[in-house]
Amino acid sequence: MTDSDAVVSVRALSKTYGSFTALDGVSFDIHRGETFALLGPNGAGKSTAIEILEGYRDRSGGEVSVLGLDPHRGGIAWKARLGIVLQNTGESGNVTVHEQLAHFAGYYANPRSVDEVIASVGLEEKSKTLIRKLSGGQRRRVDVALGIIGRPELLFLDEPTTGFDPEARRSFWDLITKLKSEGTTILLTTHYLDEAAHLSDRAGIIAAGKLIDIGRIDEIGGADSRIPIVRWRDAAGLQERRTSEPGAVVAALMKSGIEPDGLEIVRPSLEDVYLDLVASHEARQGNESVLENAK
Amino acid sequence: MSATTVMTTPPLPAGRTLRLGLSRVAYEVRTYFRQGDSVFFTFLFPLVFLTIFSVAFSNVNFGKDAAGHVVTAADYYLPAMLAAGLLLSGLQNMSIDIAGERSDGTLKRLGGSPLPVFSYFIGKIGQVLVTGLLQAALLILVAATAFGVRLPSDPSRWLTFAWVFLLGVTTCAVLGIALSALPRTGKSATAVIIPITLILQFISGVYLQFNVLPIWLQNFASLFPLKWLAQGMRSVFLPDGFAVLENGHEWNLTGVLIATAIWLVVGLVLCRVTFRWIRKDS
Repeated sequence: MTDSDAVVSVRALSKTYGSFTALDGVSFDIHRGETFALLGPNGAGKSTAIEILEGYRDRSGGEVSVLGLDPHRGGIAWKARLGIVLQNTGESGNVTVHEQLAHFAGYYANPRSVDEVIASVGLEEKSKTLIRKLSGGQRRRVDVALGIIGRPELLFLDEPTTGFDPEARRSFWDLITKLKSEGTTILLTTHYLDEAAHLSDRAGIIAAGKLIDIGRIDEIGGADSRIPIVRWRDAAGLQERRTSEPGAVVAALMKSGIEPDGLEIVRPSLEDVYLDLVASHEARQGNESVLENAK
Repeated sequence: MSATTVMTTPPLPAGRTLRLGLSRVAYEVRTYFRQGDSVFFTFLFPLVFLTIFSVAFSNVNFGKDAAGHVVTAADYYLPAMLAAGLLLSGLQNMSIDIAGERSDGTLKRLGGSPLPVFSYFIGKIGQVLVTGLLQAALLILVAATAFGVRLPSDPSRWLTFAWVFLLGVTTCAVLGIALSALPRTGKSATAVIIPITLILQFISGVYLQFNVLPIWLQNFASLFPLKWLAQGMRSVFLPDGFAVLENGHEWNLTGVLIATAIWLVVGLVLCRVTFRWIRKDS
């Protein structure tokens, strides 16, 4: 049962290292032109999953299709349609930014303009600088530039903005928005939930190797998790009420005629929803292992 | 979907393996000379040793040629250092370089790009060819101008030099690619590779005169290519009378050709079987 519009299709993907289970029955699709975020704590299996899709790692079980091929069998022509930004890079960097991009551009049939790509990651002034002399955040931008130089149909971004200053992050967001408008399909992992919320159409949340939720950014965690919270302070201390009618709660408070201290109405962000999901998953896992031990 | 256009990637043009290979050669040579330590330890090392030996043994008489000219230390060590240069630029530098590229993520990036693995090999072998040629030219130039080494005038000797050099440089580069699979990490690469090349140089007539080594050691060294490359180089630069000092009392260029060619084939097979962009699942 695969979706013909799916650029990436993953069914019951599993990966084990000896007795350790890194991925356990993960399934999702990424549609053409969509930006999909894979979120989860460190060590949850995000990078393992993305590296299986990129063809770097073998899977232990399940089905995977990327651009219509099993990554295991992906050849040169398949790789020419991908853009990969890995999580870690530490090359010696004895080439300038421009030399590196011009060289990699030669690998592709229809590359983007080198100067345009350098400008789009904001490195015009570093164009003639050796890569090893760049700062960590600047090197990361070179990684992103190398990922998009070949005009990929599918772009993998594994924690692309680590080490970016806020300004660089904003211009990176603009770049991704532009790539999306050109029809690029993107798989993103990030620890910045605001980034995921801003950029992606859908997200999947992985915890301890399992996909615990998947859906549109505004649907993750279910409708209940988005119920606003009304907070205020009174003589008894901090009060908090989750309600779908925050206006009514505030109106009731105002009946006393006294302006409540520190009143606010908060709509949970993706980050709040995510933290709740991961925490409740971990709590459930904890309960299960207690039950297991009790048997 | 929000996609406004459907992206398609045009097919890759034919002949790109060779074109990209040549583009890799330029890239590799450029980065090689920007790496200070490899320039010193592989590119200039034989020159440093030629200078040391020529000065240290300046009073030693290595024999005479047919016309009665004395063979000096510089005369004697030039062919040895040319052979050492092949081993250092090819095998030693290449294996350490690739092991480093495997550890630091260079190969992982290339493995995820549409660069054919053969283009990568062409780039590496081409780099060794270019740097090896410059190294040999520099050695010969310094030997002739600074140490008064008389260069052969017979074109057939230069023809021998050409094929021994080309075969040697290719074999050493290919063996270097194959040996790069041996070190587990880039950091351990020098510790794993240098003892191999150092021992080879000592037993193959690079630092020590080959004919003074015990016969069993000469025979053992004959299993490896460096002994043959040094012998081939000696046949080019030393007087014909020196052939009697060789194991077998002749230059035995056929032996040089066969032994080196066997190692070339062994190296190619090892590359094909063992080369991986990354260590999977590590």
